[in-house]
Amino acid sequence: MIPAQFDLKRASSAAEAISLIGEYGDEAKLLAGGHSLIPLMKLRLAQPSMLIDIGRITDLSYIKDAGNHISIGALTRHMDVEKSDIVKQHVPLLAHAASHVGDAQVRHRGTIGGSLAHADSASDLPATTLALGATYVVQGPNGQREIAAKDFYKGFLESALAPDEMLVEIRVPKTLGGWSFQKFNRRAQDWAIVGVAAWRNGKDSGVALVNMGSTPILATSVSAALASGASIAEAAELAAAEAEPQSDLNASSEYRTHLAKVLVRRALEESTK
Amino acid sequence: MAGSILGNRVLRKEDPKFLTTGGVYVDDLNSEPLLVGALHATFVRSTVAHANITSIDVSDALESPGVVAIYTAADLGLEPVAATFNPMAKRTLLASGKVRYVGEPIAVVLTEFANQGEDAAEKVIVDYDTLEVLIDIEQAMTSTTHIFEECGSNVVFDSTAIGMPDNTGDEMFADCEVVVKGRFVNQRVAPCPLEVRASAAAWDNDGRLTQWMSTQHAQGARDTIQTANGLDAEKIRVITPDVGGGFGAKIAAYPEELVLGAVAKKAGKPVRWLETRSESMTALGHGRAQIQYVTIGGTKAGKVTAYQMHVLQDSGAWVDIGAILAPFMTRPMASGVYDIPKIEVRTTSVATNTTPVVAYRGAGRPEATAAIERAMDMFAAEIGKDAAEVRRVNLIPKFLEPHSTTIGQTYDVGDYEESLNRVLAAADYTKLRAEQAARRASGSVKQLGIGVSVYVEITAGNSSGESAKIEITQDGRAVVFTGTSPHGQGHVTSWAMIASDQTGIPMDKIDVVWGDTDLVPKGGGTMGSRSLQQGGVAVHVAAGELVEQARKHAARLLEANEEDVVFDKESASFHVTGTPAVAKSWADLSIALASDGGLIQETDYVSQGATFPFGAHVSVVEVDTETGQVKMLRHVACDDAGKVLNPLLLEGQIHGGIAQGAAQALLEEVRYDGDGNPITSNFADYAFISAAELPSFEVIHMETPTPRNALGAKGIGESGTIGSTPAVQSAVIDALAHLGVRHIDMPTTAERVWSEIQKQKVKGN
Repeated sequence: MIPAQFDLKRASSAAEAISLIGEYGDEAKLLAGGHSLIPLMKLRLAQPSMLIDIGRITDLSYIKDAGNHISIGALTRHMDVEKSDIVKQHVPLLAHAASHVGDAQVRHRGTIGGSLAHADSASDLPATTLALGATYVVQGPNGQREIAAKDFYKGFLESALAPDEMLVEIRVPKTLGGWSFQKFNRRAQDWAIVGVAAWRNGKDSGVALVNMGSTPILATSVSAALASGASIAEAAELAAAEAEPQSDLNASSEYRTHLAKVLVRRALEESTK
Repeated sequence: MAGSILGNRVLRKEDPKFLTTGGVYVDDLNSEPLLVGALHATFVRSTVAHANITSIDVSDALESPGVVAIYTAADLGLEPVAATFNPMAKRTLLASGKVRYVGEPIAVVLTEFANQGEDAAEKVIVDYDTLEVLIDIEQAMTSTTHIFEECGSNVVFDSTAIGMPDNTGDEMFADCEVVVKGRFVNQRVAPCPLEVRASAAAWDNDGRLTQWMSTQHAQGARDTIQTANGLDAEKIRVITPDVGGGFGAKIAAYPEELVLGAVAKKAGKPVRWLETRSESMTALGHGRAQIQYVTIGGTKAGKVTAYQMHVLQDSGAWVDIGAILAPFMTRPMASGVYDIPKIEVRTTSVATNTTPVVAYRGAGRPEATAAIERAMDMFAAEIGKDAAEVRRVNLIPKFLEPHSTTIGQTYDVGDYEESLNRVLAAADYTKLRAEQAARRASGSVKQLGIGVSVYVEITAGNSSGESAKIEITQDGRAVVFTGTSPHGQGHVTSWAMIASDQTGIPMDKIDVVWGDTDLVPKGGGTMGSRSLQQGGVAVHVAAGELVEQARKHAARLLEANEEDVVFDKESASFHVTGTPAVAKSWADLSIALASDGGLIQETDYVSQGATFPFGAHVSVVEVDTETGQVKMLRHVACDDAGKVLNPLLLEGQIHGGIAQGAAQALLEEVRYDGDGNPITSNFADYAFISAAELPSFEVIHMETPTPRNALGAKGIGESGTIGSTPAVQSAVIDALAHLGVRHIDMPTTAERVWSEIQKQKVKGN
């Protein structure tokens, strides 16, 4: 299909982009890699009349070792996250999850910030950064603030971003111990029917679910059970405790719940090796 | 044929273009003089599945930017036209009075630029008085709501109505020791050519219509466009540029294409049309869409003695070719490779509020094969015998003279057991069964499934021959004109090989022309795996006749007797025996004949009948019994398409066929919600398969030439699809056989497989 008509302005800095979204308000959407927004526009599910292209703001594409965490610029492309030695060394779960986003073309264009800000619970990276306890840095007209990933996702395609804010950096704590990413889908390039991002280090763990509700789901019951000495099998039974899975074309909610339990168990087994 | 190029792995002549500058498709015709200033057509389509149209309001839409005109059926004076395969069913090319499926064209918007059409089309307000929506075939059969009221029923075609015998019921199985029944859904799938439909229409000052089209059959399209526009034969020209796939769905012209001439005429300007993918998924015809009620019976020792099937064919919201594939393709091939003494098949085609069903790769034969192969597996499971061995004892023995089956179909040649033997050996079937047993014994989560299919199909069954013309240019090149119409198959390579083989003209000096009805007025197009065995053979015959014609001319020029003139293929020239130094080349002859109309040979090749490719496939899958997920591990195919012209092209057809067949078995399904809204109308929702889901295919060659043509060739375009689908489906079911699973309908999605495992658990298996 063909998108509805829109205008486009190109921002050369984060400040300019923020000023433009302030100016155009609800009519405007930020365009980064375009791999979430453009498909919605083609289906006419999104009809912004103004696109603010932030794809050429080069100083928001970086990956830095910042001591106890790594910092990733919001406009860093999935392929750069996937291939980064820093990410592979300190947050291998994130590098691996990035390699499962869409297909090679998508990963060369799509950006980590775009994927997170789009807040699609079916995408791989919101749940992955949630499991990892990431913090998102957002910038508005009055400067920057930090939002924990667990506080960021508010509903279907809804986030804690104010209309005049943009995501500029993702800070991911360095993880120790084992990890696993389980993506269950029909075809390699598809969104997950259910996905699980998990890491485990002794009694500490982080487990988050892809496509198990209107937001990415942090499976806190699973981590709590593990912390109090439950077996992996016992903990995995709690996989869907926080979830509200939908029935859709690809799976019933019952099947999704079953998959979540199996995949969380497998993810924890892999993380514990 | 010593030194012949035929049978060699010749690289595709067309690939350098496709891989560098790319093809030139309808939408790429930017410098076509007749299309200068063309308007862009966008169709307003029905958003409801079944309704009476109460009003169409275009006033807002006319104000939309770039809109030049909007036409409805009334504006164009469109009269109802009858369906070819049931003249009682009528519709106008743009819906008027009634809409019958979501996506049916209602009006056409003309805009200055292509991207303005969709905005305007959205603003056309169509008011509907909705009617009962019939999506399910069996519901449509019993409903008193009739999609075509004038038919008095939603059954729009039945085999018994044209004199084919009805099924007799269970009494046919009275003497069987074992009887197994099944209900199989051969689901609706979308052909998904990568190039969607596109067309452009322009009238010249003499009132002649030129229409460009992405089609498999320019000459057929010309005839129907001529009729739709009420034109004399010489007032229409159809041109086919490169075509990016068709798979059967681009055989006939669609309403959008049939109405484009009238639209251009009323607008007084040329008009171009390119559909979007979402439109293509609902308005390009779909394929398959059968429910099959099957009964199979025989002895406990494994001999099948009776087979009965009632096919319910979903015709969709028109009576297109999809309505008659069941009686004329599925029915005659119903017993497949097996010698079954008693067989009965009835087919009933039913209109529903869905996209009309057309031909799709295999067109009726994959459905026949899927049914008998599933039945054979269930029969084998019932008597506790190996699926491959039960097949073996029921195969028609090798025959090199025509063989007629109980249902009345005559096959050309067949050696089914040899193809089964070869594929089982290549797959190492015994070892696979041992590994399966070991996994079952270990209780592994990942179970192995092995599916076997043996098939025979019918190719070139719907056409009686093909024409070819070869013209030698004055610089010694050959131009081959063919009535077939390549859209991925590689005819430029194949036809050049065939012409070169006879004429000695090197392949790089041979051009192939097709798909322009002014240049090639006669032709049957490319469909039904007919091209090589009819179009290719026509080129072969024409090239042979061309050499004989040239020999006469050479004799005259060399002042010798014809029988003394030798044709030297190496040098591609004619000389008198013993004096090779004095020779006449093809260029010499063409120049000499310039004033006599040139050196041209034209041939109408009459086919000696359909051919029957056959083969056997083994598919190996791994099923995750916790999640139901299926992973294809191996696919081994032994396909016998007779004498092979170019193994590279053959393998390409087999690979693509297996991929599409596996896609139906595993993933693809067109679905509608209860209101008849399509819910799989893009490639995110419709699980079009990709290489990542498939293993490398193992292709085993086998050649049993057909006596029905000079090249010994049978069709290979559809075999891969026919053999692979049941093998893959059976492999999935076989992985769970030890749990008590006997059948899972396609597509064998993870959830469907998981649900079946849960059902068996409930039963205590």
